[in-house]
This record gives sequence, structure tokens and C-alpha cells, in this order.
Amino acid sequence: MDEIVFLSRLQFAVTTIYHFIFVPLTIGLGLFVAIWETESYRSGNLEDERIARFWGRLFLLNFAVGVVTGIVLEFQFGMNWSEYSRFVGDVFGVPLAIEGLLAFFVESTFLGLWIFGRSILPKAIHLACIWLVFAASCISAIWILIANSFMQNPVGYVFNNGRAELTDFLALITNPYFLHQYPHVISGAVCTGAFFVLGVSAWKIREGSKDVPLFEKSFKRAMLIGFIGVVLVAFSGHLQGQSVAKLQPMKFAAMENLKETADPAPLSILPGIEMPAMLSVMVYNKPSGEVKGMNELQKAFEYRYGPGDYIPPVWITYLSFRVMVGCSIAMMCILLYSLFRLVLMQKPMHKKALILMVFGISLPYLANTAGWIIAEVGRQPWIVYGLMPTEKAVSVGVSNGSVMFSLFAFSVIYAAMAVITFILMRREIYRGCVDHSSGIPRRAA
Amino acid sequence: MSLEVLWFVLIAVLWVGFFFLEGFDFGVGILQLFLGKNERERGTYIFAISPHWDGNEVWLLTAGGAMLAAFPLWYATFFSALYLPLVIVLLALIVRGVTFEIRHRADFPRARLVCDIAIAAGSFLAALLFGVAMANMAIGIPVENGNFTGTFFDLVKPYALFGGVLCLSLFLTNGALFLTLKIEGELQLRAFKFSKIAIIVTVFLFAIATILAVKYTIICLLSLALISGAAILVTKHYLRTAFICVALCTASSVAALFCAMYPNVLVSSVSPEQSLTVWNAASSAYTLKLMSIVAAVFVPIIIAYQSWSYYVFRKRISPRKANVEV
Repeated sequence: MDEIVFLSRLQFAVTTIYHFIFVPLTIGLGLFVAIWETESYRSGNLEDERIARFWGRLFLLNFAVGVVTGIVLEFQFGMNWSEYSRFVGDVFGVPLAIEGLLAFFVESTFLGLWIFGRSILPKAIHLACIWLVFAASCISAIWILIANSFMQNPVGYVFNNGRAELTDFLALITNPYFLHQYPHVISGAVCTGAFFVLGVSAWKIREGSKDVPLFEKSFKRAMLIGFIGVVLVAFSGHLQGQSVAKLQPMKFAAMENLKETADPAPLSILPGIEMPAMLSVMVYNKPSGEVKGMNELQKAFEYRYGPGDYIPPVWITYLSFRVMVGCSIAMMCILLYSLFRLVLMQKPMHKKALILMVFGISLPYLANTAGWIIAEVGRQPWIVYGLMPTEKAVSVGVSNGSVMFSLFAFSVIYAAMAVITFILMRREIYRGCVDHSSGIPRRAA
Repeated sequence: MSLEVLWFVLIAVLWVGFFFLEGFDFGVGILQLFLGKNERERGTYIFAISPHWDGNEVWLLTAGGAMLAAFPLWYATFFSALYLPLVIVLLALIVRGVTFEIRHRADFPRARLVCDIAIAAGSFLAALLFGVAMANMAIGIPVENGNFTGTFFDLVKPYALFGGVLCLSLFLTNGALFLTLKIEGELQLRAFKFSKIAIIVTVFLFAIATILAVKYTIICLLSLALISGAAILVTKHYLRTAFICVALCTASSVAALFCAMYPNVLVSSVSPEQSLTVWNAASSAYTLKLMSIVAAVFVPIIIAYQSWSYYVFRKRISPRKANVEV
């Protein structure tokens, strides 16, 4: 592979994966904060306000990093992938520009109003602000996923003037890939928010303070919403898997490391352990049906697009799929255990189980990241599936040295931000709920 | 007006929005470090832009997104040609943006000083480099077949650097006037004193820019007239009107740049045939029509709620009340 292609891809991977650490929590925790704010608005109870603002502070810290790392993504398509932008800008630019006009402005303006307008705005309008922020983050996800879905499954365009031109906006926004991807991403984000709240609450309950009842309430709510989230993740994931099997059979085969076409096709649990006919069940909901293997697909691709290697890096996709599903199963188990303990047995959580919940915060993050690695690495060698190879998409006028410099600089800044955010989050969690009623502001906060 | 020209104008409008709004918050970002004597005072200055800076920055994001949607070739060529300056701009914006959120959580005065320096440095670099980028658009960059053929040093010629200084000076003036209008007491007075010096420097720089202007000196003269008018208004204490004049001056400067480029969107310094034009860089008619509808519906709404947000926070800030608890 060309060095410049490799460097540009690496930079895209670093900046995008890093950005997507913060995005799901913005959506997921945003939902929780909005719910707590609503409760506090309804009851007018100071205790409710304290816990709402505690989660709000964590939300803001996370939001800030999400926003600043998002700017890079908006420009990167032109900076590193100028051939790509030229080729698909007519189509791809549309959802990106709409995202800015419909979502980013709402998100940033009303977030400012929510943070600084608490004592200025009427209470109902202040509450509406946080719901608008949450809604805007969901709307933002719609448009960026429409853009991504075009890369996965190009629709609504014609090939004209040496580039892809948009001809059918409706087809673009009802891309079947998008319709299956969106619920999966959003329910994943809800799980991220839920496990974050569960883990932090578990920590605070274990630590023991006068606010334990508040965190127990948070815990229970996150448990219920998280359970709904995980069920939806599994269900939408199943549908998305079927959609990938249909739209991108090569990605699907690579995910399962299925070399030869089989009917019925077995499911590989881990290398060497197989469940007969299970893959056919996943695709067709019945124990028979043909699933194409990589070798046959490679031949078909060669026939259609000429000689070349059309198989994506198999071990990355295969491994990532197992990480994603494994983490989701672990999440489901943790939630079932908590539900069993708290709801059925009506007993408080085990102290050791609470520690487990703290580590559980990492599970949705691993699953989200692995999921995107499957989606993006599994699409290779294409940047736009079947339309444009990744190696042809890179900027021609940008030197290796420039990309090396930017990759290094972004990595250093991102690492520093990760450390600082982690320290500040931990401190904020340690400090817990603040007493707002005393009238003495926290030192120059 | 054809859709291509409409979008050329609309992208100019988005850049005006960015240069005006983020202009004063870049200015404030730099000024707080020099006008504030301790971390409380610096915090008060920063508080004037806290609710707004993020919304202001979205104008930049949307200008980028709109360039990609309406003029993919322009977006691709411009952003890849200015690769290194843009990397620095992005780093500056990242550091600056995240520091706003870190600052009020930092416990030690020294940590806050570091934050304030980071905000000032980020604002300074971004302001300077946006000026450099705009000046490069005016004089053209070495581009052949849509690909950059020069080096970093082709982008930092004296003329471009002058553009950077001009931009910086305009933003500082804008920021100082904004603070004069937003803050009370001693801190306001300091900002006001600074704005008087800054605006005279800016008038001087604009005069040079008008002499150096490549084309369309009439619009450049308008910018010069507006900034000179603002200077006179400042000395007569008509601060609100002066602020509006600076805003109009920002708009007319961007207009001057875009008029000078038209019908090119990116001037190639290699040969005129290599320049990208409004016509050959644009998207298809379908995309432009679609985006026109979206923009016609949403841009007025955006302007409405952003204005409302400035109205909500219209009250002058006294240093005592500048600390909000999140």
C-alpha cells in the first residue's frame, strides 16, 4: 500500500475513533440529563436538581471534547481525501452541510443557553433547551450516518462529468443501509449513557455518602433504560447484520471468516469452534440458505471490476465482530443480574458486583469502536463501495511529511486531552453532588 | 442570478458570519490575557463569550460543509492546498475550545493561568492563520489540475502575512469593542482604552490594504470608510454604532475578497487556466437547488435563535456576577 494512503487512513482512524468515544455519551448521557432535568422541573425538588446538575457537569466535559474533535472530521475530507471529495462531493456534501444547518447550530446555541441561562430563562424554556440539545445530537447522527451509508451502499446518484452526482435525494435519505444502521447506532449510544451512569453510580454507592439514595435512583433508572437499550442493540444488530449480508456480502463473509460458500453455513464462535447452520439462521431466520464465501465473492468482484484484491483485512473484521458481540452479551448479563437482584430479590447490589459495574463502563465503548471498525475496515478496499477504491481517494498534493506531522500532532493533543478529561471527570465524580441551596457559589466555578 | 452565483454569495455570507462572530470571540480570547490582571478578571472577560463561542464556531463548520456540497472542487483543492496551516488552525481551535470547559474546573490559579494562555494562544494562531488563508485566496496559490504544487513557504509570503496581521488587528478591535459593550466598571474601561488604540492601528492597516488591493478598490474603500467611521465613533463614545460599523467593515472586507476572486473561486498563481471558477467547481444543478431550499428555510431560523441567545445574555456583566455555577 502507498505510504500516503496508509498515513491518511491511519490519521482518519485515529481522529474518527477518538471522536466517537465522546459522541455516543453525548447522545446517551444527554438523554439521561434531559430526563433528570424534566424530573427536577416537575418536582421542583432541590435534591432532583442536585443530581441533574451532577450528571450535567459530566455531560459538558464530555461534550466539549466531542465538539472540538468533530471540527477535524469536517475538514479532513478535503485535507486528506481531496480526490474523494471531488468525486462524491456533489452527493456526500449534501448531508454534511445539512447536518451543520439543522443540528450543529441548534446543539451549540441551546447548549450555551442551557448552561448559562439557568437563572435567567423561565424554567420551562430552560428545560426545553436541554431537550433541544439532545434532539439535535440525534438529528446530527441522522445526517452523518446518511453520509456514511452512501459510502457503504451508494444510492440516488448517477455517474456524470466524471463524478457521482446526486439525482434522488429521497433515495439517499432512505438508503436501506442507513435505515438499519441508525437504530443500531442510537441504541448503542443509549447503552453507553446507561453504562456510564451505572458505573459512576455504583462507584458513588460503594463509596457511601449522604447522597447514596440519589445515586441508587440513578442506578435503577439507568438499569431500566440500559436494558431496553441492550435489547434494541441486539435486535437492530440482527437486522443490520442481515442487511449487510445482502448489501455487502464480502464484509459479511470477512466478519465470519467464511472462506467457501456454504449451505447451510456454520457460525464460527471463535476460531475452531463452530455452530452448524447457525449463520444461515442469522441471515435467513431458518437453518438453511446459502451464504457466499470470500473466495467466490473475490472471483465475482474480479469479473466485475478487474484484477485486484477485494477481500478486506479479515482478522480485524473477524476479531472486531467478536469483541462487539462479546461486549454486548456481557452488558446483557450485567443488566440481567442487576435486575434480578434489585427487582426480583429486592436486595441491594453486592459490593463486589458494584466494582464490576465500574469496569462495565468500558464495555459499550469497546462495542461501539469495534462496531465501527467492522463497518469501515470491512468496506475496504473501497472508500465508496463498488464505486471508488480507497487508494484513489487520497489527496495528491499533500506530502507524506505533512500527514506524518499532522498525525503526530493530533495524536499528542488527543492523548493530552484524554488524560485531562479523565482526571477532571474523576474529580467531578469524586466531588459528587454539590449543594446549590447555600447560595455560596463553588469557588469561582 | 444563477444557482452557482447564489451559492458563491451564500458561502461569502457564511464566512462573514464566522469572521464577525468568531472575530470578536477570538479577539476576547487574546485580550483577556493582557487586559485581565488576575485570574478573576481574565475569567470575567472570558465569561462575556462563554455562552456564544461554540455557536459562533459552527459558522466555520457550516461554511466548510457548504463549500463541499456546493463547490466540491473548491473545497477539495483549497483544503488540501492549505494542509499545514489548516492543521495548525485545527490544533488551535481544539486547544482553545476544550480549554473553555477545563478552565472553570481548574482549582489552582496557576492552572487557570495556563488555561488562559492556551485560550489566548489558540485564538491568536487561529485569527492570524485565517487572515493568511484569506489573503492567499486573494493572490492565488500554486495549483495545477486541482493539486497543490507549492510548499508551505509559498503560503506565508509577506502579502499573506500582512493579511494575517490585518485580520488579527480587526479581530482585536472587534473583541475590545464587544467587551466594552458587555462588561461594567474598571474592566470595561480597560477594554475601551485598548479599543481606541486598536482601531487606529486597524485603520492604518486597512489604508495599506486598500493601496495594495488587487482589484475592486471601491469595496476596499468602503471597508476603509467604515473602519475610519468606527474610529471616529469610538472617540465620540458611540460604541454601539461603532461596533456595528466594525461588523459592516468585516462584511465588506469579505465581500471585497469574494468580488476580487469572482468568477474564480480559487486563483491559481501558476496560470489563469488552472484557476477554479464558480462554474467549473460547482455541484450539479440538482444539488444546488436542493441545498438552496434547505438554506432558505434554515439560515433565517438560525439567525433568529442565535440573535435570541445574544438577547438573553444582553445584560452587562459585572465582575462580581461573572462566575456561574454549572
